[in-house]
Amino acid sequence: MSMTNPLAKARGMGSAKEGVHHWYAQRASALLLIVLVGWLIFAIFSLSGANYATARSFISQPVNAAFSSLLIVTLLYHAMLGLQVVIEDYVHHPVLEVVFYFLSRAGAFFGMALGIIHVLKLALGA
Amino acid sequence: MLTRLPEIRMKAKQRPISPFMIGPYYKPQLTSLMSITHRATGVFLSVVGAPLLLWWLIAVSNGPAAYEAMQGLLGGWIGTLAVSASVFCLSFHCLNGIRHLIWDTGRALDLKTAYTLGWAVLIGSLALTILLLGVLL
Repeated sequence: MSMTNPLAKARGMGSAKEGVHHWYAQRASALLLIVLVGWLIFAIFSLSGANYATARSFISQPVNAAFSSLLIVTLLYHAMLGLQVVIEDYVHHPVLEVVFYFLSRAGAFFGMALGIIHVLKLALGA
Repeated sequence: MLTRLPEIRMKAKQRPISPFMIGPYYKPQLTSLMSITHRATGVFLSVVGAPLLLWWLIAVSNGPAAYEAMQGLLGGWIGTLAVSASVFCLSFHCLNGIRHLIWDTGRALDLKTAYTLGWAVLIGSLALTILLLGVLL
């Protein structure tokens, strides 16, 4: 019979302790995206066949600028988390796995920055 | 008994341990096919759909010439194909994602409801695709 406390035995034997945050963030961003995709569908209906002036004035409105930048950021964040799981599950080559992981993160963050800058540019009328 | 041990070990090694849902061990099922489609549509949206949306926003921001060029590109056959596929992927991933969120609360996990919601998502996503493409194309 071991004299070790059951808690002491269990400690340090678990996962990397970061899984819950990933799981939670994936679902929280999914909930947000339901609302934001609702706005996207509204935008698609508003802008179908629109000319440049209509598209520009639509995105430039503060509410639509807020929605579109938030959509880009949340979408790419959710995509980044999802791609990570797919890479971890199917890419078994140790170097390629890290390369894909890095590219997916770098691409997502670059896209977020690019999206925010361009929507801001429109919203501020530059 | 001991002499047969390696043989038993060999057999144990050959048995599929937690086999992948798509492959020789399971029949294709609505639930497993929709699960892998959820991932595939998610990857497509990440690699094609989201960049396309971002590209369109950038085109609006870059002025009339860039916007016209973008509209021309989207009107071509590659653009039409990319938009159509993205719209289907978005419809499917969004509705099936809601099904997954319901499951995450511990509800609707029995086989019958899983299938009912599965068919509802499939039909709903096709209807949403047709509706959105009717507006877009």
